[in-house]
Amino acid sequence: MKADPIGVATGDHYIDGDIACAEGAIAAGCRFLAGYPITPSTEVAEHIAARFPLVGGMFIQMEDELASMAAVVGSTWTGNKSMTVTSGPGFSLMMENLGLAIMMEVPCVLVNVQRGGPSTGLPTLPGQADIMQARWGSHGDYEIIALAPNSPQECFDLTITAFNLSETWRVPVLFMMDECIGHMSEKVVIPEADQVDIVERKFFKGEKEKYRPYQFDDPTSIAPLIKAGDGYFIHATGLTHDERGYPLINKDAQDRNVKHLVNKIKLNAEKIIISIEDQVEGADIVIVAYGITSRVAVPALEEARKRGIKTGLLRLVTIWPFPEKRIRQLAEKIHTFVVPELNLGQISLEVERCAAGKAATIPVTHAGGGVHDPEIILEAIMEGAT
Amino acid sequence: MSSTVKRDELNIPQLEDDFQPLTGKFLREERLPHIWCSTCGIGIVITAFISGLQKSELDPEKVCAVSGIGCSGRAAGYLRLDSFHTTHGRAIPFATGLALGNPELKVVVISGDGDIAAIGGNHLIHAARRNMDLTVICINNFNYAMTGGQAGPTTPIEAIASTTPFGCFESPFNLPFLAESCGAVYVARWTTLHVRRLADSISEALTKSGFSFIEAISPCPTSYARRNKLGTGLDEMKFYGKNSIINNGADTRTVDISFGSKITVGKFVDIERPSFTENRNHLLKKRLGDRYIPFGGPNGH
Repeated sequence: MKADPIGVATGDHYIDGDIACAEGAIAAGCRFLAGYPITPSTEVAEHIAARFPLVGGMFIQMEDELASMAAVVGSTWTGNKSMTVTSGPGFSLMMENLGLAIMMEVPCVLVNVQRGGPSTGLPTLPGQADIMQARWGSHGDYEIIALAPNSPQECFDLTITAFNLSETWRVPVLFMMDECIGHMSEKVVIPEADQVDIVERKFFKGEKEKYRPYQFDDPTSIAPLIKAGDGYFIHATGLTHDERGYPLINKDAQDRNVKHLVNKIKLNAEKIIISIEDQVEGADIVIVAYGITSRVAVPALEEARKRGIKTGLLRLVTIWPFPEKRIRQLAEKIHTFVVPELNLGQISLEVERCAAGKAATIPVTHAGGGVHDPEIILEAIMEGAT
Repeated sequence: MSSTVKRDELNIPQLEDDFQPLTGKFLREERLPHIWCSTCGIGIVITAFISGLQKSELDPEKVCAVSGIGCSGRAAGYLRLDSFHTTHGRAIPFATGLALGNPELKVVVISGDGDIAAIGGNHLIHAARRNMDLTVICINNFNYAMTGGQAGPTTPIEAIASTTPFGCFESPFNLPFLAESCGAVYVARWTTLHVRRLADSISEALTKSGFSFIEAISPCPTSYARRNKLGTGLDEMKFYGKNSIINNGADTRTVDISFGSKITVGKFVDIERPSFTENRNHLLKKRLGDRYIPFGGPNGH
């Protein structure tokens, strides 16, 4: 269906990524945000705090990020589209109730405007070092969806995508911005509401007694949800549970429960993954990049092409699930992957794993606090070409 | 203490007509038997809760139960309500999300002293400060029972716990004082012996706007009582019978509990103060006028 016009600020705007993300959330139908101030994400919450009273939304500043994420999960059970927003240290605190959302299969969006870490790190400067935390940060086995925008326009567009994916797959979606994208101001075009596609939550319609919140006919199917207060008397728990949501503490229940969490994403990965390719076909060298780094890589890419090196760019819009299949395909055809990122080697490990020795992988690392000099990326391309 | 006590010795009042035995209506009978030990008091609190809920005449479809982790954390799972078993300490913020997400709901947190006052202590004080529309029933058994009887934020000085083998030397929280000083509008404490009064308090709290807090002192025969040679749960009930002092309206600063001390019980606080939602609506209407759209849309809450 289409977005509710009340939440769509149609027009041409000159705004930063944080504000664009907030507007994307409102356009997507998000009406609940629980958050805690943290640089460089605070502007998202500030903008929501100002906008929500005008669109019928509920913003609450909680006492910490543990509470923020817990409130988001609680709110979603009442039927809301809910989100929270944070950065590194807060992201760490949210891992606990991110796990609860994953286990309860609760749709919601968690925005992380990444800064430099570990610990307090670089509060005002960029990083992309939470990528593996996004994948593995909460304990136990699960699959997750994570997106990485590379412009304020994408902060708007992909926040809507994040909510839509979350509703489709009953899973929290991580929106992995970085400080550069969050604080970068550019033109953002917000379309008319009837141009914004929204995935509404699928609610159960049958007899109340027959509702099973964790019923799935095949490993990848998704049960509809209900709203607390509608008389279903549901139970949801962070414990391993059966199809009714009742705790069931044994290995068979664990197998069914956890494999569903994994398989609903893993076996549907091709429906979820979004990548943007630029001259990848026929390339010898492929840069794999995401977020701000996918923009910083462009001058290097252009210079390499000028020098006659067949270079392509594979931009990860969804980071998780990882485009394993595509990397495997490319590894058969190309010579080298060049992977610049604002960390000391995270996605490069995934690329290397999927390339499985059939193509070389050159990580172009950077500890964060700034962005790569395109020259460094070019050097890696030249190294790969020789 | 003797390990067997006759009912008469306990001086338990006869159940009144309005205190109906449990039907299956509010329990998930298919989940029974429950996990709690014989003579544990948590089941009594659940009974009192159901009784209080019935008395409140709230529509059960609009009542949610939320628990954290621990023995008491299993409470929500046995109640035939929309019920949520959340993470350790986070029942109150989860419940905050539910209560704000649909203000028609009455959201009740039922959890233990460790869950609510230690790992969840920050959430307790802030929910009270905001006067969030929540009822918190904190079942206090003076230790972390699920994990084998470790000391917690309510363990009295000198009490033995598995992590205080020579006696606890940290000062415990006085929970009613904590709740009141942070802004709760309703504060009561009862033991599991005071089932009727506990149920009455729960009923009052359920029908009150804002943040209400009820401490329910409960026996823990397997961990706390055993280590401290207090006998069975029934012996602990006998202790409550002899040592509880009902003092409604007591100054909460005076109701702290020491090892083996008298236990002051009663309804301590029952005041009026605008809730989070009332304050929010009031201020936003004042500042934004007709531009303000209450949560849930123009015809929303």
